[in-house]
Amino acid sequence: MSNHDEKENNAHLTTPTRLTGSEIVWATLVGEGVTEVFGYPGGAILPIYDALRKFPIHHILVRHEQGAAHMADGYARASGKVGVAMATSGPGATNLVTGIATAMMDSIPMVCITGQVPSKVLGTDAFQEIDITGITLPITKHNFLITRTQDIAPAIRQAFQIAKSGRPGPVLVDITKDAQQSAAIFDFAAAKPAPYEPHPMLSVMGTHLREAADLIRTAKRPVILAGHGILQSNAGEQIRTLAERMQIPVGTTLLGLGSFPASHPLNMGMMGMHGESWVNHAIQEADLLIACGMRFDDRVIGTPSTYSPNSKKIHIEIDPAEINKNIKADVALVGDLRNVLEQLLPLLPGRDGSAWLNTIAASKGTAAVRDIKNLPDSGHLYAAHVMHDLWRITEGRAIVSTDVGQHQMWEAQYYRHDYPRTLITSGGLGTMGFALPSGIGAKVACPDKEVWVIAGDGGFQMTAAELATIVQEKLNVNIAIINNGYLGMVRQWQEFFYEKNYESTPLVSPDFVKLADAHGIPGLAVRTRAELESAVQTARSHNGAFLLNFLVEQEDSVYPMIPAGSALHEMIRRPDNPLVEKPQD
Amino acid sequence: MLHTFVAYVEDKPGVLTRVASLFRRLNINIISLAVGHSERPGISRMTIVCDAPDQAADRIRASLYKLDDVVDVDDIAKAPNVTRELALIKVAANAHNRSHIFELAEVFRARIVDLAPESLMIEITGVESKIEGLIQVLNETEDRVLEVCRSGKMTMRRGKHSTGVLRAMGAGEPDIPKPGNLPLENGPDNFADNI
Repeated sequence: MSNHDEKENNAHLTTPTRLTGSEIVWATLVGEGVTEVFGYPGGAILPIYDALRKFPIHHILVRHEQGAAHMADGYARASGKVGVAMATSGPGATNLVTGIATAMMDSIPMVCITGQVPSKVLGTDAFQEIDITGITLPITKHNFLITRTQDIAPAIRQAFQIAKSGRPGPVLVDITKDAQQSAAIFDFAAAKPAPYEPHPMLSVMGTHLREAADLIRTAKRPVILAGHGILQSNAGEQIRTLAERMQIPVGTTLLGLGSFPASHPLNMGMMGMHGESWVNHAIQEADLLIACGMRFDDRVIGTPSTYSPNSKKIHIEIDPAEINKNIKADVALVGDLRNVLEQLLPLLPGRDGSAWLNTIAASKGTAAVRDIKNLPDSGHLYAAHVMHDLWRITEGRAIVSTDVGQHQMWEAQYYRHDYPRTLITSGGLGTMGFALPSGIGAKVACPDKEVWVIAGDGGFQMTAAELATIVQEKLNVNIAIINNGYLGMVRQWQEFFYEKNYESTPLVSPDFVKLADAHGIPGLAVRTRAELESAVQTARSHNGAFLLNFLVEQEDSVYPMIPAGSALHEMIRRPDNPLVEKPQD
Repeated sequence: MLHTFVAYVEDKPGVLTRVASLFRRLNINIISLAVGHSERPGISRMTIVCDAPDQAADRIRASLYKLDDVVDVDDIAKAPNVTRELALIKVAANAHNRSHIFELAEVFRARIVDLAPESLMIEITGVESKIEGLIQVLNETEDRVLEVCRSGKMTMRRGKHSTGVLRAMGAGEPDIPKPGNLPLENGPDNFADNI
């Protein structure tokens, strides 16, 4: 029997069959609808890799297990499906940790499968043994140590259910080598976990719905805070109905970008530390906040005691542990966002919000955050130019993955996300090195979409080895490095808060174009705004991956900025005499 | 302030770590933790007493619910309840001073459960203050307390007002509280009322 025939035969194991533990792993994954897995083989997971040839799943070989976890994460964020990462025991498993923590902080559904030493040597410090379930206890939604073959299928099926139900998150399944090698009866249907039942705290109470509706109907200055939960529960349509029908302006969190169209007249843009000034002002002046699927992160609220002091707060959130964590809610609606909004909308007939909307429009008109892209070309290249032009040229349809830092904030400010799931970024954990692998994951999930990896020169070097993965997989991923020769955001903090003592932030980097070339990826350096458009078009028209090294203004900062520990309206604005007006040297 | 939670958890390896780890992450000190089998097969019952800010109770309860191995959580500190603790106390005692310890034990309705030439062991159950009282009296009478082993607090709601019974009675519907069926406070369905 050829490999191909065998793969076909194992595609639908509908009747109970005797299989090895390794085969059960793949058969269960096939049953869960998995078609791609990101991973790296090793001794304790070799039986599983050996069995892969029999199953119709494509394995993407990464260069570091952190890359596998980020790729599974990017895959999940772009597609809404569960991402799967795989690694061997010991160092393979520990290398996943940063990626798992990233997914945990941003509530991304992910299943990690790790090999473990044989059960008879568990606890003996055997070669490449590590207590990965212990290590990942606080950064997984749940995890399993599986030592018996017959437990593999139920554990993996349950892992998928836990990963995607309620507030999504990563789940790890650690399987000993002997469990992989022994055989057991595989029955996919019988391994089905009990149906997910939201626990009793997940209930929307009618009285609270009516209270919330009354608050919304009578509010003079309401603001909707649109968070990641809108994307997670596919509540885009409902949130739009709410905003349009009640004429309420919308501010989004970083992870909420794309949940409400950026070009929609009611969309004010991003809130928080580097948010638009008029959004933050509107929040501070609001008399009602309707927080939808967001968790009042400290980067969003500034200091809790000064946050939107005169407003009532309606908090709609699936995780009861988030209620009153940072900001006290006046009405809490605990449940799936779409479900809650569908129950809430019939109670909201309509409202005239023009006075409040006019106030915001006026404040928007006087703010000058975006001026930099409108200034005449001074010969300098600003990251803002890159983001704005990338958005303009791709018509906002590309999936963009970013690292963490200045470029991430500029992306959030200048790339206008009209479509859901077009921004793949590490919000909660702030993981540098996230952009390249998560962009690869997004491309694997959505091969027909244009994908741009936007990375800083610092973050890019953390996972740059994954360039080889792009080549091996022949992926058409475009890479934009925003190269300012610094760990830019850290430098900005040093400039603002540490008397410009640029300790350990100047960064010597390789020639990124040559680095790409060494992998067989063509590239271009871009130094001026005049070169920008043609470079982007060259990358887009190239069939295959392409790298652009944008050598941008070195000491530019992200404005506005709310210093950590300050109130939302106490922001640092771009200086009156911006760098663009400096004479050219 | 002190909070008392009862958690029904699956009887599996690592569950205790998950629960304890949750309190560690929230930087909350566990004062006492008692675990044993419950009335449900495969399910253990934990009584957790912790010292946490007044307003933290809902969040702790919600966080406990997030653990996959946790089946049910009840916050019963404010509800009418019965609380007991068991202690074994070994006291240095010989033929000369045994008799007054016997008397003390009788006053405290404790029992002598072991007698050796140089020591004896007292078993006492009761509320925390009763156990503290016996230990204090023993110390004040200069009897040397050699060892103290305490079970940690065990708590149960009085009467029918336990979460499990309520669920069995079908009081779980979220919207309309049925008078008399729902616990007066901190019940599973009026979480949002507490905030």
